[in-house]
Amino acid sequence: MSPLFPTTRRSVVLALASDDREERTRAFDTLVSLYWRPLYKYGRIASTHSPADCEDTTQSFFARLLENDALSGYDPAKGGFRTFLRVLYDRHSANEVKAAGRLKRGGGQRQLEFADAEAEIAAEAPQTSTPEEYFHREWVRSVFALAVDRLREETERAGKQTQFAIFEDYDLDHAGKLSYRDLAARFAIAETSVTNHLAAMRKQFREIVLDILREATASEQEFRSEARALLGVEP
Amino acid sequence: MTRLSNDMVAHLRDLTEAPDLGGTRYAIVREIARGGMGVIYEADDRELQRRVALKVLALEVSSPQAQARILEEARTIARLDHPGIVPVHDAGALPDGRAWYAMKLVQGVTLREYASRDHSMADLLRIFLRVCETAAFAHAHGFIHRDIKPDNVMIGSFGEVFVMDWGVARPAGMTGGAEIAGTHGYMSPEQERGEDVDASADVYALGVMLEAMTARPARPLRAIIAMARNPERSQRYKDAGALAADLVRFLDGERVGAYREGMIGALTRLISKHRALVGLVAAYLVMRAIILLWGRV
Repeated sequence: MSPLFPTTRRSVVLALASDDREERTRAFDTLVSLYWRPLYKYGRIASTHSPADCEDTTQSFFARLLENDALSGYDPAKGGFRTFLRVLYDRHSANEVKAAGRLKRGGGQRQLEFADAEAEIAAEAPQTSTPEEYFHREWVRSVFALAVDRLREETERAGKQTQFAIFEDYDLDHAGKLSYRDLAARFAIAETSVTNHLAAMRKQFREIVLDILREATASEQEFRSEARALLGVEP
Repeated sequence: MTRLSNDMVAHLRDLTEAPDLGGTRYAIVREIARGGMGVIYEADDRELQRRVALKVLALEVSSPQAQARILEEARTIARLDHPGIVPVHDAGALPDGRAWYAMKLVQGVTLREYASRDHSMADLLRIFLRVCETAAFAHAHGFIHRDIKPDNVMIGSFGEVFVMDWGVARPAGMTGGAEIAGTHGYMSPEQERGEDVDASADVYALGVMLEAMTARPARPLRAIIAMARNPERSQRYKDAGALAADLVRFLDGERVGAYREGMIGALTRLISKHRALVGLVAAYLVMRAIILLWGRV
């Protein structure tokens, strides 16, 4: 079934095996953006490892994914990609040789903000949920955060910074609890323009979220299942 | 990467999923139900100042084909103007392309919930007959529902009975193909095999439902159920109207088409049907016997 919204990128699971280096890099970047925080936090809650050990585990996990072609073992018929990745992480965490992990740190790899993640764990009181539920919640957060980043980039490229600023002010900073009249006054535009800009930004945001989900899944069935999980229907 | 608070995530989740109804006369009140194809919301019709049910194509199944299916569903319901089918008021497409339609909001419970409470057999059969009549109306207009089950029947607060979810209904003769629609357990064998189905497929589902609604049914009623859910479609009632007619005969104490009764069975049925008359005659005969005996003493 073809999607209503155009799909601009293909599944990272497939793209990571691509011959095109640029596509591989972009897919890997998406994979890291979506999963490093949920996996790190999950590792911290699910194990007794210290923050430093979990940092090593997370860094080396992604390094090995890139080197060892570990994702080729993914079979959509056996379960979702998200669960597959978490199980891989568990296995990696159990087998990891710390020294090897440390050697893989740095060296052109993306710098991950572990200190921020650690502060978030302390603030979020994850003991109220299981490590798996916490992983799911953080994955939801990562999908939306990546979507916000992409929306910002796309609007900047298109010269629509004002539209994004309205979206940021209304839907991010005030979570919808601001009147359109206030926004119109703040940006010195008509109230109808606020309505139109917000509608356009939300439409674009929705498309980006679905795009990310398509990238993070390997089949139409998995995409639907993840969309429902993301939107809170089947957590 | 942007760091989002829990409130922000909750808000973004809502705005991603919630239909953008700007430019329409409707405003979402709450989500009521979610099916494979669409999400049903209670909405406020600001123009007519009334509550309606709004079915919107689910975000995760958005495709031109799915959109066409939702609109086709709205058209099917609109064509079937019957008290047992909720009327469609309006239809359209959201700014993001998702199709929607507005219909009467039914306040009530599903037949599954209703039947789980303490209701008499007569009450349940009355409801079942209403379902049959609605299905019979659709059959008479050339439509097969294909997903009749207790969850798709709503009982309103005043006893109204509605057959819901016409999403997989198709005109007779256009039901085959790769897509197998329906609910396992209620689907006839030919429907499970993905063959072209006719009204007798709905009869099969009605038979499954009737069996579940009746504890220890009498023999004629058992025969009606058996005929309705016969694995061989040629042996079933040809449509819901024929099933309903046989059920009415059963309720009226008449001979049902599905049951071959013997002399004793016929006698029992007639006695049961004319209980008052039989009682009067019996009382008269007893009185006569007493008078006769009294005269001899």
